[in-house]
Amino acid sequence: MNILSFFVLIPLLMLLGLWLSRSLNQVRGVMVVGSSALLLLSIYLTIDYLGLRSAGATEEMLYTDSYMWYAPLHICYSIGVDGISVAMLLLSGIIVFTGTFASWKLKPLTKEYFLWFTLLSLGVFGFFISTDLFTMFMFYEVALIPMYLLIGVWGSGRKEYSAMKLTLMLMGASAFLLCGILGIYYGSGAQTMNVLEIAALHNIPLDLQRIFFPLTFLGFGVLGALFPFHTWSPDGHASAPTAVSMLHAGVLMKLGGYGCFRVAMYLMPEATQELGWIFLVLTTISVVYGAFSAVVQTDLKYINAYSSVSHCGLVLFALLMMTRTSCTGAILQMLSHGLMTALFFALIGMIYGRTHTRDIREMSGLMKIMPFLSVGYVIAGLANLGLPGLSGFIAEMTIFVGSFENADTFHRVCTIIACTSIVITAVYILRVVGKILFHTVKNPHHLELTDATWDERFAVICLIIAVAGLGMAPFWVSDMLHDSVNTILSAHLSILK
Amino acid sequence: MEIHVVYYLIVSTIMLFAGIYGFFTRKNLLAVLISVELILNATNINFAVFNRYLFPDVFEGHFFALFGIGIAAAETAVAIAIIINIYRNIRNIQTDNIDEMKG
Amino acid sequence: MDYSYTILILLLPMLSFIVLGLAGMRMQHKVAGAIGTAVLGIVAVLSYATAYFYFGNGRSADGTYEKLMPYNFEWLPFTSNLHIDLGILLDPISVMMLIVISTVSLMVHIYSFGYMKGEKGFQRYYAFLSLFTFSMLGLVVATNIFQMYIFWELVGVSSYLLIGFYYTKPEAVAASKKAFIVTRFADLGFLIGILIYGYYAGTFTFEPETQMLIAAGGMMPWALGLMFVGGAGKSAMFPLHIWLPDAMEGPTPVSALIHAATMVVAGVYLVARMFPIFIAYAPEVLHWIAYLGVLTAFYAAAVACVQTDIKRVLAFSTISQIAFMVVALGVCIGADTHEGLGYMAGMFHLFTHAMFKALLFLGAGAIIHAVHSNEMSAMGGLRKYMPITHITFLIACLAIAGIPPFSGFFSKDEILAACFQFSPVVGWMMSIIAGMTAFYMFRLYYGIFWGKENKELHAHHTPHEAPLSMSFPLMFLAAVTCVSGFIPFGHFVSSNGQAYDIHLNAQVAITSVCIAIVAIVLATFMYMKEQQPVADKLAATFKTLHRAAYRRFYMDEIWMFVTKKIIFRCISTPLAWFDRHAVDQFFNFTAWSANASADEVRGMQSGKIQSYCIWFLIGALAFTVMLLLV
Repeated sequence: MNILSFFVLIPLLMLLGLWLSRSLNQVRGVMVVGSSALLLLSIYLTIDYLGLRSAGATEEMLYTDSYMWYAPLHICYSIGVDGISVAMLLLSGIIVFTGTFASWKLKPLTKEYFLWFTLLSLGVFGFFISTDLFTMFMFYEVALIPMYLLIGVWGSGRKEYSAMKLTLMLMGASAFLLCGILGIYYGSGAQTMNVLEIAALHNIPLDLQRIFFPLTFLGFGVLGALFPFHTWSPDGHASAPTAVSMLHAGVLMKLGGYGCFRVAMYLMPEATQELGWIFLVLTTISVVYGAFSAVVQTDLKYINAYSSVSHCGLVLFALLMMTRTSCTGAILQMLSHGLMTALFFALIGMIYGRTHTRDIREMSGLMKIMPFLSVGYVIAGLANLGLPGLSGFIAEMTIFVGSFENADTFHRVCTIIACTSIVITAVYILRVVGKILFHTVKNPHHLELTDATWDERFAVICLIIAVAGLGMAPFWVSDMLHDSVNTILSAHLSILK
Repeated sequence: MEIHVVYYLIVSTIMLFAGIYGFFTRKNLLAVLISVELILNATNINFAVFNRYLFPDVFEGHFFALFGIGIAAAETAVAIAIIINIYRNIRNIQTDNIDEMKG
Repeated sequence: MDYSYTILILLLPMLSFIVLGLAGMRMQHKVAGAIGTAVLGIVAVLSYATAYFYFGNGRSADGTYEKLMPYNFEWLPFTSNLHIDLGILLDPISVMMLIVISTVSLMVHIYSFGYMKGEKGFQRYYAFLSLFTFSMLGLVVATNIFQMYIFWELVGVSSYLLIGFYYTKPEAVAASKKAFIVTRFADLGFLIGILIYGYYAGTFTFEPETQMLIAAGGMMPWALGLMFVGGAGKSAMFPLHIWLPDAMEGPTPVSALIHAATMVVAGVYLVARMFPIFIAYAPEVLHWIAYLGVLTAFYAAAVACVQTDIKRVLAFSTISQIAFMVVALGVCIGADTHEGLGYMAGMFHLFTHAMFKALLFLGAGAIIHAVHSNEMSAMGGLRKYMPITHITFLIACLAIAGIPPFSGFFSKDEILAACFQFSPVVGWMMSIIAGMTAFYMFRLYYGIFWGKENKELHAHHTPHEAPLSMSFPLMFLAAVTCVSGFIPFGHFVSSNGQAYDIHLNAQVAITSVCIAIVAIVLATFMYMKEQQPVADKLAATFKTLHRAAYRRFYMDEIWMFVTKKIIFRCISTPLAWFDRHAVDQFFNFTAWSANASADEVRGMQSGKIQSYCIWFLIGALAFTVMLLLV
């Protein structure tokens, strides 16, 4: 059996196991075994993939496989991975694993919570291994629906409103997406839904591309928090329970960037060249707008959500710059942002669980009370503002160096505007760190709070190691991504010539 | 003396529209049911009359009128059963109060 | 000669940071301090050995010291020719910097034993010091501009952490934030400069191919100018200097190490690093840098004359002295040893300044330790209580004032000579500023050790001489300050690598010494006595000016205006409002309109059979009519 199918099979088995389990310990057992299996599998896949590549495998995708599913529409369950998807699978593996520990003590309805949580991960993993447009879309929807329940039932604050808003906006986007996918399918005239085969044919007429590129890009872009369709993100993140925020910001938002690259840009290169600038303007706005909006927020989760808008904007921004380096940077940024946002949301969840407030005006001096969480928060903050040695730096630098290769004024101006976000990021991160961690403790009730428990420490340490690992040794990831990015961009580069 | 066909039709038309009017306006379910009976019987008259005047050598029209009467009887039985049930549930049979199907 | 051991110079402080950072909390204070200091001791020995071997091995055939790269590996590839490498570059200036950093850092490590004794977070303090030393060493040995940027950022963060060391003090938190954000803003310029440089030069190394540079044409001045913006941020050039005086909220040894001797000269070092490209492709930028330097030097000297917080005085004196170095680099008009005299002079001043400014700060630390205050009003007459501190402080003051035979005289003389060579106007201005330096330093000296004693305070708490761990570094640095002027610096560092014999320019030397002596006499006259009628009268006469200078010409108010009013009020708040009330409301409106129209349609589903029937009838009639018409 294909190794990739395990990424779908393990969550299915986990669902079965959760359904059968009778006690809290059994539920936790199933989750720990399952999520560690997924993490190990993704690590193994990464190593094996690198091994195969260095042994000289030159195909675009490895581990490919295909089963006919519904013949009249040529829908197949076809799978395969390249460097980009391997990186994304690794990211998802890490986040699902740490997310399990971050929701260790979640109540009530623990079993049901984990059921939906696993279904969500199933969708995410399935999306990244698919190469068939339809199954990709299907897994995307599978990942979307549990979100509604997870936020609506286990969330906090205005959870029903947020859950509804998030689901409606993303569903609206997926309507665009479905149109786009069908447009690609009929436009290419191919007897297949397989991305690779459609790309190889490369025969979607330009006038159809002009219609369906914006639809597809927008469909995925909404998930990637493209301005002005980002407003689901702050509310959604603020209301979601900790692990869901982690998974959502960490992985689900990456589906957007990944899809834009893999589907919209890969299959419709001519339209990307022609219409990319519109979206480039929007993403540039996202980058700066998100950063500036984060400066005045007072809710920890809102700050982070706007920061995510800014950073995910940078992903799409870099993709649309369409140079090899910038696209590699975009993927690095997805990885890096996934890890550090997950870390951030995990820590915010843990702090919230103790102080019962997320308002930065009501907290101060936490460094004295919970040193572990505070140090973790500082590290996450430093990663966010791009400290060398942590993951944010390499991603941003790769993006900026890559974007600067576009020598015309329009792209230059966009790049420089986007660069300013690194200063604003420093402003809002240091503002929060200064306000909540430093100074003396103002609220006497906070003095009785305790530092992190073992499960929380474990989740935080795993994520910090991942963030630092990526930041200190970026060369292997960037090697892994480079060739795959090249393949996807080859059509673009040939147009430019 | 032969009565002209038009007189029959006038009667049946009056019955039909009286039935329709009653169906739309009466609030009591029994009255509505009576209105439905009026409509049915108007058609029955038409069947019989047209058969008698236009095709005197066949009997399908008469048969159909008889069928109509039979079905009307059955339908009335079912309808009254429903009405009685409604009455048992909500203690009256005014149409205004029966809006469970509202969206 | 095999220099592969130099990797230890970088690795050891990093290891020490990791060990102290992770396990420090479980260690005793002494153990943690000992680990940090021992590591720095080894690093210092290794640095001296490197310098000894490097300069001892002699010159290569063309008369310059060879550039060596014992390590250089590709860390992050971008494209085939653009990649970030991490490595170690040994050349005269980097070796010189190794000595400066390891010496000062070692002294600060030893000094902190006494100064920070019993402080909470002692281990954390040493961990951060190690981190800083690691980053600073990595910065100076960088083999390419991007490595420099990486360590530049790390230096910024360690500075942030150390300024905010007393994190429960609101001033310290605000100061650390300000320092980081201001330098970060400057680094934006640096980054864009690097991007332009990388794109047009086709490489991140310091020695791009000449034809690429020529082809780049007009872009090189932009690249270098923007890079200097980054340098100006770190080196506290006007108007980006605002963070440095506030940075004095950190522990005093940290100010000595980071905000006087090492980190703040990073900008100078950057210009020196890029000097060959500056002088060949953007001399006009270099001259603009010189003018900016003159302005900064004057501004800072003027402000330093009226401050009463001794660390603030020293901070402004640092700004002024760094500006001297910047001016020295900026007034170079060519690459050969004569035209590029300023390069040598600037580097020489960097070296001597690091030593005597560290000495001044450590001395100030000893004083603050003794009287528990930064304000001059709490001092006065301390010479009786603290003889060692007094003598060493005096030596440092004489050095910075430019009195022979102390080191500052020699380096400042070269700078002034270079300035006169560039333009007499600049030369005279710098001479006057040098005189101001002498004046405010002796004002400070008299204010602390002579003048009116604050008997009330001293009776309450008698000042005492610092312990040996603190006085030893003072004596050591004082000794260095006495002798380092006689180092034949030009033999080691010069603009094109050729040996250059320093010869005193008699005219410049005599003038500058005369100005310095006049300034010192003036300061003696004004501030030595207990009563200071002249000074008070002057302050009263020029009240507005005095007040403006005391408030640092309102630069901080401007900064607050920009951050609080412009960024916070005028950009972010409206944007956030727009997000909530325009963008978000649009989607809410969409949802609401769908909801409202559904509500309307829903009215038809009344549940009343008769109304359904009417609709049915109307529909049926409509259909009939349609069929009839068609």
